[in-house]
Amino acid sequence: MSATQTPPAGQPTNRIGLTRADYDGSKTTLCPGCGHNAITGGIIQAAWEAGLEPHRVAKLSGIGCSSKTPAYFLGHSHGFNAVHGRMPSIATGVHAANRELLLIGVSGDGDTASIGIGQFVHLVRRNVPVVYIVENNGVYGLTKGQFSATADVGSTRKGGEANRLMPIDLCALAIELGCGFVARSFSGDQKQLRPLLRAAFAHRGTAVLDVISPCVTFADHEGSTKSYAAVKEHDAPLHDIEYVPYFEDITVDYEPGTTREVTMPDGSHIVLKKLGSDYDPTDPAAAWKVIHEARAEGRMLTGLLFVEPGTRAFDEELKLVDAPLASLPLEVVRPPRAVLSQVMKEHMEGTVPTAAGGG
Amino acid sequence: MLNDFSIHVATVNGSGSQTANNVLLRAILQMGVPVSGKNLFPSNIAGLPTWFTIRVSEAGYIARCARNDVLVVMNAETAVDDVAAMGPGSVIVLNDAIKVPAIPADRFVYAVPMAKLMETITTDVKLRRLVVNMIYVGVVGQLLGIDMAEIDRALHAQLGRKPKALALNQAAVRAGAAYAAANLPKRDPYRVERRNLTAGRILIDGNSAAALGAMFGGVTVVSWYPITPSSSLIEALIGYLERFRRDEAGGRATYAVVQAEDEIAAIGMVIGASWAGARAMTATSGPGISLMAEFFGYGYYAEIPAVVWDIQRVGPSTGLPTRTAQGDLSFAYGISHGDTQYPVLLPATVGECFEFGHRAFDFAERLQCPVLVLSDLDLGMNNWMSAPFTYPEHAWDRGKVLTDAELESVAKFERYRDVDGDGIPYRTLPGTRNPKGTYFTRGSGHDEAARYTENPDTYARVMARLRRKVDGARTLLPAPEVSETAGASVGLIAYGSSHGAMIEARDRLAAGSVRTSYLRVRSLPLSPRVHEFVRAHERIVVIEQNRDGQLADRLRAEVPECAERIESVLHFTGLPLDAQTVVDGVSAGVAAGAGR
Repeated sequence: MSATQTPPAGQPTNRIGLTRADYDGSKTTLCPGCGHNAITGGIIQAAWEAGLEPHRVAKLSGIGCSSKTPAYFLGHSHGFNAVHGRMPSIATGVHAANRELLLIGVSGDGDTASIGIGQFVHLVRRNVPVVYIVENNGVYGLTKGQFSATADVGSTRKGGEANRLMPIDLCALAIELGCGFVARSFSGDQKQLRPLLRAAFAHRGTAVLDVISPCVTFADHEGSTKSYAAVKEHDAPLHDIEYVPYFEDITVDYEPGTTREVTMPDGSHIVLKKLGSDYDPTDPAAAWKVIHEARAEGRMLTGLLFVEPGTRAFDEELKLVDAPLASLPLEVVRPPRAVLSQVMKEHMEGTVPTAAGGG
Repeated sequence: MLNDFSIHVATVNGSGSQTANNVLLRAILQMGVPVSGKNLFPSNIAGLPTWFTIRVSEAGYIARCARNDVLVVMNAETAVDDVAAMGPGSVIVLNDAIKVPAIPADRFVYAVPMAKLMETITTDVKLRRLVVNMIYVGVVGQLLGIDMAEIDRALHAQLGRKPKALALNQAAVRAGAAYAAANLPKRDPYRVERRNLTAGRILIDGNSAAALGAMFGGVTVVSWYPITPSSSLIEALIGYLERFRRDEAGGRATYAVVQAEDEIAAIGMVIGASWAGARAMTATSGPGISLMAEFFGYGYYAEIPAVVWDIQRVGPSTGLPTRTAQGDLSFAYGISHGDTQYPVLLPATVGECFEFGHRAFDFAERLQCPVLVLSDLDLGMNNWMSAPFTYPEHAWDRGKVLTDAELESVAKFERYRDVDGDGIPYRTLPGTRNPKGTYFTRGSGHDEAARYTENPDTYARVMARLRRKVDGARTLLPAPEVSETAGASVGLIAYGSSHGAMIEARDRLAAGSVRTSYLRVRSLPLSPRVHEFVRAHERIVVIEQNRDGQLADRLRAEVPECAERIESVLHFTGLPLDAQTVVDGVSAGVAAGAGR
C-alpha cells in the first residue's frame, strides 16, 4: 500500500487515493460483540475519511483488552503496545522526537483511571498532542471482570457484588486539568463517534475521548450500568455532531439558531446541532454543570463536552526547531570543536560555578 | 608534610562554605600542586553538618584520605568529635567562638577570633555569616604558604562578575591572612610549595563531564525526575544545551528536556523517543532506578535503545541519599523480571564520564538495548583534576536502521530477524513511508516478524538470540584497563570511582614488597580479558564499594574453576574508598597466606 499505488477497481478511494481496506489492521482477537471492535471500526472509517497518511500515524497503547486494538487498525502505521498505564510517557517521548507524527493512543479504564492515572494527568497537563481514546467498560476484562475505577456506584459484578466506591470521571478530570478537547461517546453510536474522532485528529493538543464500550463477557448483565441495554437506555446526547474538514465546503444549510460551530486550527469545522437545550462546549463551567447533573440523574451524557481549539501544544512550549529532533544530522547536534575548547578553558580557569551540594 | 596532606573543613550546610573551599582548592591547583576536593554533605538544605576535604598530593593521589592533617573548625555541633578525630602532630584551626575541651599539646592549635575580624569587614549580620568562611581561607592560606595572589585569582574567577561580593570576600581573606601573619607563628610542618604539575589541567565534577559528553554525543531528548545525586548531571546538561544547542543565540532548540512526573515516566519518555529515532537519555539514582525496572525489561525485549545514567548512592530504600556506593551493579546488570542482561558502562574518571557520555549512545543504538552507565556520588558530585577532554573524532553509530531507500532494496523486512548472524536485527522508525517497514512493537511474546505469539519454540528462540546479542557486546564495549607487574601473584580487580584509591594502594603495597597486577573493569558483560586475568593469578582480590561483593560473585559465576581464589575487600560506609582500606584488606590476605 502506498499513496501512489492504484486501488482495486470499484473500491472508493479517499482524497489521498487509498481505499478503506488500506486502513485495516489484523483480525481482532477480542470477544465477538465487544464494544472495542466497534471503536476499531470507527477509527478505521474516520482515518479513511480524513485521508490520514498511515506512515504519519503512530498507534500507542498500554495493557488490557482495549490496548490490544491498535493491532486491529491502520496496519500500515507503526504501533507501540507499551507497559500497563504508561502509554502517556511513551507518547510524550515519541512526540518530542518526531512531532510530525499524529499519535493515536488507545487505553482502557483500568489502564488510564487506575494504574495509569498519574501519567494520564501529566499528559493532559503538558497538552501533548495525542488523540487519547479510553475504551471504558468499567471492568478489567483480561483478568476476568474485577471492577475498575470508572465503575459506577451500585453497578454489580456478574456474581451480584455491587461497587460502593465513587467512579473517576475522566472527562471531568480532563476538563479540570485544562484539556482542550474532551468528549464522551458510546461504541454503539458511530454517527457520533466518527465526527468526534475526526475533530480530535484535527486538534493540536491532547484530545480525550472517553468512549463507553460495553464488555459483553463481564459487564453485559442486568445490574451492570455499562451493559448495552443500560447504556442505550441512558445515553443522553448533548447534540448531533457533524464534522466538516478544511478540504470540504459546508454544503448543508442549517436553520439559523439551531447550530453552534467550532473552528479548528486547520480550518475544519465542528457543527453541533442543538438537541433540546443550547449547550456551549467552550464553557468549562457549563461542562462541569451538565456532567454533574447527568450523574445525579443517572444519564450518560455524550457529545463534545468541552473544546478550546487554541490551546498551546507541548511542542510549542519546547520551542523546537522545525525538523523532527530524530532527524537532525550529526553536524547539527554535535557542537564544533571550539565549543569543547571553550568549556575546557572555563574549567581550567575556574570561571564556571563548580558542583553544588544539596540533599 | 610538604605538598602531601589533607585539609578537613567542618561547616554547616547552607552556610556558603562552598565558595571558600573551592577558592582554596583552585589556589593550590594554580600553584601547580595536584589537588582534589570531596564534599561530604547531609540530605538537607541548611543547618546540618557538612565537611569538605581538600587533599594536596604532589604524588597525584586523589582518593579520600582516611586521616586528616589540618582541621578547620567552623561548626560548634560537631566540633568535639571533629577535634577528637585529629591525631598527634595535626593542625587545628579553630573559630574561637566555638568551645572545645582541652586539646592535647601535641596538636598545633591556631585559634582565630573570626567574629571579631568580621566586625571590621561589614555591619550586615547576614553577610558576616556567609563571608566568615573567607577568614579561614586567609588563615589557612597564610599558615600553609598558599600564594595570596593565587587565592585572589581564584576569587576573581568565581566572583568576578559580582564586584561587591568580590570586594567583601577579598577583605575577609586579607583580614584572616593578616591576623595569622601577626598573631599565629607557624609551628606545624604542613605547607604548600609551588610546583609545575598541573599545567593545562581542568577541575570538573563527573556529572558535568557526563553532561558534556552527552551533548557532544548528540543527545536530542532528555527526560528526568530530580533525585540526588543525579540532578546535577541533568542540570549541567540543561545549561550546556541552552548555551550551545540552539539554532542561533536565543533561538529554537535542537533538543527537548522534559521534567517528568516520576522516574517511570522519565524512562518511558526515553524509550518512546528512542523508538522514534531520537538519541534519548535520563539520569537517576537509588529509588529511581528501582522504579524504572519494568521499562528496562520492555526495552530489552522489544529492543529499544536508551541511555540511563545511575549516579549510585547508598541503598537499599532511601538509604543514605548523599553518600556514595557501588551497590547497584548486580541490579543494573539484570534489572527487570524475566531473563535480561544489559550493557553496563563503569566510568572511573571524569574523562571517562565524558567519553562514555557520548559513546553510550553508540552502544545503545548499535545493540538496540538500554545501556546503563554506573557512576556514583563521589565521582559525579566531587571535583576531580583531569587532562582536558578529547573531542570525539569518530562519527556517531546509529546502528541498524533501515531508511525508505534501503527498504526499496530488500525483499522483505522483519523487525526481529537476525539477518547478519550477530543477534542484532534491523529496525525502522515511525514515519517511514515504505509500508514494507511497518511493524508493531510489543512487550508481549513476538516472533521474528514482530507478530504476537505464545509459541514455545519461538519464545525460546528469540530469548536465545537476545542472549547472544548482549553477549556479543563483550568485545564491543570498553575493554578493561590492565596494569601487569611481572611476577605479581596478587591480581587486584576494581571498577568505577575506586580507581584513585587503587593506584595509591598499589604504590603502598609495592613499597611493602607486595607486588600486584591490577585490572579495572570498564563494562559488563565482562570482557574475555577479565576471565584471562582471573585465571592468570594465584590470588584475586576484588575491591568494591558494596556489602555483598557483587562483582566478585559475577566473576565466580563466570570463572567457576577459580571461584575459590577470588576474595573480596569490601568498603560500604557511604564514604569514598581510601587507599588504606585496600592495603589493609590485601595485606590481611597476604598475612593469612592467601585464600579466603
